[in-house]
Amino acid sequence: MPLPATVDETLALFEAQGYVAERRLATAAFLALRLARPLFLEGEAGVGKTETAKALASGLRRNLVRLQCYEGLDTASAVYEWNYPRQMIEIRLAEAAGGIERETLAHDIFTTRFLLKRPLLEALAPHDGRAPVLLIDELDRADEPFEAYLLEILAEYQVTIPELGAIRASEPPIVVITSNRTREIHDAIKRRCLYHWVDFPDARRELEIVRRRCPSAPEALAREIVAFTQALRERDLYKSPGIAETLDWAEALVALDRVALDPQTVADTIGVLLKYQDDVGAITPDVAAALVARVQAEGIRL
Amino acid sequence: MIGDAGFSTRLPKGRLPENVVHFVRALRACGLPLGPAKAIDAIAAVAAVGVTNKADFRDALAATLVSKHEHLAVFEQAFELFWRNPRLLEKLVASLLPRVHGRTGHEERGPELAARVAQALLPPRAMRDTGDTDEVELDAAFTFSSREILQQKDFATMTAAELAEARDAIARLRLPLPAWPVRRSRAARRGEAVDLRATLRGMMGAAGAAAPLAWRRRERRPPPLVVLCDISGSMDRYARMLLHFLHAITNDRHRVHVLLFGTRLTPITRHLRHRDVDVALARVAGAVSDWAGGTRIGACLAEFNRRWSRRLLAQNAVVLLISDGLDADAGEGLAFEAERLAKSCRRLVWLNPLLRYEGFEAKPAGIRALLPWVDDFRAVHNLDSLRALAVALAAEPGPRSPGRARHRRSAMHDFRRPRA
Repeated sequence: MPLPATVDETLALFEAQGYVAERRLATAAFLALRLARPLFLEGEAGVGKTETAKALASGLRRNLVRLQCYEGLDTASAVYEWNYPRQMIEIRLAEAAGGIERETLAHDIFTTRFLLKRPLLEALAPHDGRAPVLLIDELDRADEPFEAYLLEILAEYQVTIPELGAIRASEPPIVVITSNRTREIHDAIKRRCLYHWVDFPDARRELEIVRRRCPSAPEALAREIVAFTQALRERDLYKSPGIAETLDWAEALVALDRVALDPQTVADTIGVLLKYQDDVGAITPDVAAALVARVQAEGIRL
Repeated sequence: MIGDAGFSTRLPKGRLPENVVHFVRALRACGLPLGPAKAIDAIAAVAAVGVTNKADFRDALAATLVSKHEHLAVFEQAFELFWRNPRLLEKLVASLLPRVHGRTGHEERGPELAARVAQALLPPRAMRDTGDTDEVELDAAFTFSSREILQQKDFATMTAAELAEARDAIARLRLPLPAWPVRRSRAARRGEAVDLRATLRGMMGAAGAAAPLAWRRRERRPPPLVVLCDISGSMDRYARMLLHFLHAITNDRHRVHVLLFGTRLTPITRHLRHRDVDVALARVAGAVSDWAGGTRIGACLAEFNRRWSRRLLAQNAVVLLISDGLDADAGEGLAFEAERLAKSCRRLVWLNPLLRYEGFEAKPAGIRALLPWVDDFRAVHNLDSLRALAVALAAEPGPRSPGRARHRRSAMHDFRRPRA
């Protein structure tokens, strides 16, 4: 699958994967592919950042290598680890066979046969097909030492293993980095990337996403769901519902066999949309009823 | 990926690259941190998407030149102005420089242009500084039109003796938070887990003989520190000393964030990062507009909880709340926000200068609302109390007890006696 040659082709690529992208995101993705730069996606949780990488990988028919970040992420879980049990067995066997040459043994047990590849090495190591899409998810959860290490990888696309030497990507992977902005990522990383702020979708796009991802929802219900979530996002909440929540809610309502919103159903299922007790408390039955009435009177504003 | 490194040689001909460079320069003047390499990226990006579609053209520039959500609004305003008429923006920026950066430059703006400058460039600036998109227009109007009448504190009025005392004592002050074990580990003589890699290496050397085990131990790091400091009128007497203190701890280590509050919240970490305390405090003075005014603790904590807590408290932060607890809103909504704050951080320490008075009692509504939720309540009114604070923070706190509120009430008796 060749890389898209224009922004329109990139948009079509996302489209074909069932990912309804805004043109702005498609432009950033197109440039990331074209200029061979990492794509840095930042935005609230649940707006489809991870999905972007998945759509890109399936659209380009590349493998997706995912690295989930967390505090204290180290080389052993991010890059590589030696398979110690196998190495020890190998040493014991060599000892039992007798006549071991120390140098040869040392050479033998530090070969790729005993190497466990973790995501970063997996993405860089040579492979038969094309370079994979490397998704570095929620980089804001990792700590600064890992960020510094990542900077090195992104500059050289190379990993050095003391016992083996440098492993370099013949073709650099397509890198997508996401952040929920629970802290600011260092400028040095962002400078190397193409930055895109992923916002909540507008009503038109969100409706399109619900239609695509939750086809079992009747059209009228889908419209009400989208109008309701859009109205919720206008309120002052700790955490506005993302697209992921909208889709969950649509599926929940379908599972409950609802064809239209009513205050009672909203009150019963609001936990699918809002995940903070304060937010749930703010949407009292009265507020929910008013919102439902408004949504049903005005319809969706596209 | 595409294999041709020849982008720089295939740049579009004509005036476009030149204009992009001008645009980058204009953005830089607006405060975006853009190096020369960014201009090259931008030209390559523009070459890749072409110039047939204005939206694509804008998005391509945005993807290369913007690296923070806050900068996006500045970029969009500048884009609209610049690509309609490049000259206009340059003129605007040039005419604004002396005002915004305090530099002297060519003064050729007419009154009519100045008004447009305000309209075009100040809203995004205000937005960037407060990180708050909701109040932009109101704030911008306020900052610009009544800049002179705002009560901005001049730090230069500090006496030499005061400065010397504060500098000497406070600059050497450190705030040692107890380091907390993290997932990262490193080799250690006596550790918690066997370092298999090092052990195996040792076995290679020992060849056949029993090799000693190598060990690893978990690393420890101090948690992030977030300081919320009250700068309202009633705190005025302490604010100078406290700012020196905040400067010292901000520059001492990583992961310290400082926000000031009175009637609204102002993040000042960036300003305090300047090594020179005088420059840093001058910048803080420039950034704060509600100096020595009223206090709305509840509203400010609410704003912090909403806009900042997820960004600053994510990695188990310790929060220092410096305030006298005298609230203009009479503690309205404060208990709720204090509870939320206490529950989103590892430890909430309240520093109160009023605590030095003998017979201090938690009468004011604000104090009563806050008290049940703080883990530690300490005086902060002189150098001694700051030193005592450092010692207290260094001590490993016990686990939070579920009956924190009850525990606090009994502790209230201790506060009647003055502390060192």
